[in-house]
Amino acid sequence: MNFLVLLTIVLLIIAGHQLLRVIELSRGLKKTKEWHITDSDNNSMGKAMFAFMFVFFAFFIWQCMRWNERALPGAASIHGEKIDTLWDYNMYLCVFVFFVTNFFLFYFAYKYRGNKKTQATYFPHDNRLEMAWTIVPAIVLAFVIIFGLKYWNEITDTATDPNRVTIELYAKQFDWTARYTGKDGKLGLTDYRQIGGTNSVGQDTTDASGFDDLIVKNEFHIPVGREIEFKMRSRDVLHSAYMPHFRAQMNCVPGMITEFKFVPTKTTAQMRKDPYVIKMMAGINNQRAKFNKEPIEFDYLLLCNKICGASHYNMQMNLVVDTEADYKAWIAKQKAFKTVASK
Amino acid sequence: MATVTHKELEKDHLAHHDHVHDHDDHHETFVTKYIFSQDHKMISRQFLITAIVMAVVAMTMSIIFRMQLAWPGEKFAFINTLLGDKWAPEGILNPNMYLALVTIHGTIMVFFVLTGGLSGTFSNLLIPYQIGARDMASGFLNMLSYWFFFLSSAIMMASCFIDDGPASAGWTIYPPLSALPEAIPGSKLGMTMWLISMTIFVVSSLLGSLNYIVTIINLRTKGMTMTRLPLTIWAFLITAILGVLSFPVLVSCVLLLIMDRSFGTSFYLSDIYIGGRALDNVGGSPILFEHLFWFLGHPEVYIVLLPALGITSEVIATNSRKPIFGYRAMIGSMLAIGFLSFIVWGHHMFMTGMNPFLGSVFVFTTLLIAIPSAVKAFNYITTLWKGNIQYTPAMLFSIGLVSSFITGGVTGIILADSTLDINVHDTYFVVAHFHIVMGLSAIFGMFAGVYHWFPKLFLRMMNKKLGYVHFWLTFITAYGVFFPMHFLGLAGVPRRYYTNSNFPMFDNLVDINEIVTICAIIGALSQGVFLFNFFYSIFRGEKAPQNPWNSNTLEWTNPVAHIHGNWPGAIPHVERWAYDYSKPGAQKDFIPQTVPLQEGEHDGGGH
Repeated sequence: MNFLVLLTIVLLIIAGHQLLRVIELSRGLKKTKEWHITDSDNNSMGKAMFAFMFVFFAFFIWQCMRWNERALPGAASIHGEKIDTLWDYNMYLCVFVFFVTNFFLFYFAYKYRGNKKTQATYFPHDNRLEMAWTIVPAIVLAFVIIFGLKYWNEITDTATDPNRVTIELYAKQFDWTARYTGKDGKLGLTDYRQIGGTNSVGQDTTDASGFDDLIVKNEFHIPVGREIEFKMRSRDVLHSAYMPHFRAQMNCVPGMITEFKFVPTKTTAQMRKDPYVIKMMAGINNQRAKFNKEPIEFDYLLLCNKICGASHYNMQMNLVVDTEADYKAWIAKQKAFKTVASK
Repeated sequence: MATVTHKELEKDHLAHHDHVHDHDDHHETFVTKYIFSQDHKMISRQFLITAIVMAVVAMTMSIIFRMQLAWPGEKFAFINTLLGDKWAPEGILNPNMYLALVTIHGTIMVFFVLTGGLSGTFSNLLIPYQIGARDMASGFLNMLSYWFFFLSSAIMMASCFIDDGPASAGWTIYPPLSALPEAIPGSKLGMTMWLISMTIFVVSSLLGSLNYIVTIINLRTKGMTMTRLPLTIWAFLITAILGVLSFPVLVSCVLLLIMDRSFGTSFYLSDIYIGGRALDNVGGSPILFEHLFWFLGHPEVYIVLLPALGITSEVIATNSRKPIFGYRAMIGSMLAIGFLSFIVWGHHMFMTGMNPFLGSVFVFTTLLIAIPSAVKAFNYITTLWKGNIQYTPAMLFSIGLVSSFITGGVTGIILADSTLDINVHDTYFVVAHFHIVMGLSAIFGMFAGVYHWFPKLFLRMMNKKLGYVHFWLTFITAYGVFFPMHFLGLAGVPRRYYTNSNFPMFDNLVDINEIVTICAIIGALSQGVFLFNFFYSIFRGEKAPQNPWNSNTLEWTNPVAHIHGNWPGAIPHVERWAYDYSKPGAQKDFIPQTVPLQEGEHDGGGH
């Protein structure tokens, strides 16, 4: 068997070599050199460029039509809706520039494909044109910057709502822990040297304000319509708390506390009834059926979005947005740090 | 050959007494000619072939991890053959090895192919040729530059064969992941080797860049003023300056990481509990690393891109048979891009916990860079307008570059906007953006350069038809790979995930991942066409004529031979700018730079 494979390879090499010899010999007979660019080359390549443009644009439109329904559903937070609006305007701009400039590029590539008869136009520069395409982008970008920064300042401002819920997201290889403030509204101090046993997030056991803190794993709940203030910490390496449905993300940095805040606008139950989400989930469940996996319902997720090690791809936690009443009922069932620790 | 060269040089010496030359060079042995060569043309070829080998390795790595992403859990015998039972038991890729492949793929492509390969090949080849110099200012430093590059490539390659695997913290090697051997196996010996390799790489880059700068400033032939330089040389000059100013910062960044890893310091480490114990390190900050890294990392993007843009300027002008439109605006925009590239690094760090106000400053500076970039794109398009376009394979790749520069560039407007970055930061949207705008543009520029200057590199011609086949397969599959990634990003898929099928959220994206991978495989295989054409043409391609593309620049004025000292007689003098194509009143559609100005003729695009 191996011998046959070897023989085939050897024969292929010999055949290839002979073929090349034939090509090389015939090359010597021709008057024009192989590398010489003929009018017919220019003609076919110019046309191919233009044809490519149509295929390229069609591919783009096809992707938008087919895959747009797999994009994240509309934002489930107040600031996220603003981001979505801003995103749309910026995207219109990008798509416009994409189409127009690519069109001119490929159209010119086609229109001005060379031939022996014509000569190019000597056109080394034009101050007015160059001014125009310096100033127009500058003006457009000024708007992009102004609107972008306006929202950025709002979004990254510190949380001030007195009625807010403060939650710590604690990252480690390879899971998340949520810590709630408990009744006193304050997160207890932490000391990474005290990590161990049931003190998984490294609470400072001498700080009484932490005794009522609630430690939550696997799934955490937040109430709809209230400002949620997240404080992020990490135990080991960089992680990133990414909640794509809310347009929320912030890195978790060892030795630092980072922050992000948002107001959720749709409960998990509401999302499950959203027509867009129903359609998207049907797509997911169709695909799952092909792999003999059970159908699932929509859930918000907290993902890790900064490379953190071997199981980075699986570092996630379910997030449930409740009505105020459901949230209160859920939080009442959670265990305080002191009861966890004293076990 | 050697004796002729010698005689010719003698003549030249008589004519130019100020020209100092080392006569011993002419008794060349195999070692001094092919290995420790100090000749810019040989060094250029050494860089190119090393980069091609590295590119094939990095591309193969990408195919392996793309197959894992499209068909997670499938068994592929060839992956097992390549990686062995430890890293791919039964042909299923190990998650640690997945991260290692992603890391080394990025490192090789960014540094070894698109920095070392692109700048190293074409700066070396074209600077002395196009400015009219006998060689680089220092042939010896130039030789060292290549051999440091080779050494660092060898160390990077060797790190792929060690027990714990190569570095696997991503090409940006953010600590603490890269600092703590407990965090990931790749942060053991593999990371040490990565750091050593990169330090040596920076030595190579600095030696090369200093040489390029000195050569361009000092060794221009008579009449070659700065505003008569071809845009390639301007691009290489600005690239070299960026390299000299930013690469040393990478060394300091790497050095501090080495200290943290091996000598117990805490520059980047604080409050860490790992492997069942609390580390003693306090007071450091990983964000410091990110600042230092991206202070190099962002100029690096332009170190990769500018040479490609320079090459494209030259190729588009020559093959449109028109002067490049807005020569001075092109120089101005490259200078602006070069300057701005130093004050935009923070846009990589919007989500790191960096002060949001600082973030807004970087939004401003980053979006400014879109202006000179737009000017460049419009100027390329206007150069095509009313041209007489000659479709060499190089021209095809140059037009491909302009397309990818636009297509990838526009999404930069989104990512530079910190508000919009929140939700796509570190997702496939970013992967799509930088692969198209930086990866594709730069590699297309490199291909354009290889096809265009192959006659100067190897004195033979590459096969045109194979070049066409190579271009179309590459161009189509490249968009097929990277365009769909935008949609993965819009669905919220984070980058560097070993599989997207471990939890249900991304189950409906399987077919997108398959399309990407299939395009990647076809794209990778079609590089075989290039490799064959390249190596075949080196030995058996048609003999090149002196000026196959009817080009104006000086490198086409010397004979079709690799002469020590580049020109057999006196160095030609330059009488005009490089872009007198199709000038009204001229007999031919090109006027080489050595032709004196006619009476009453204006130089430099005539006002």
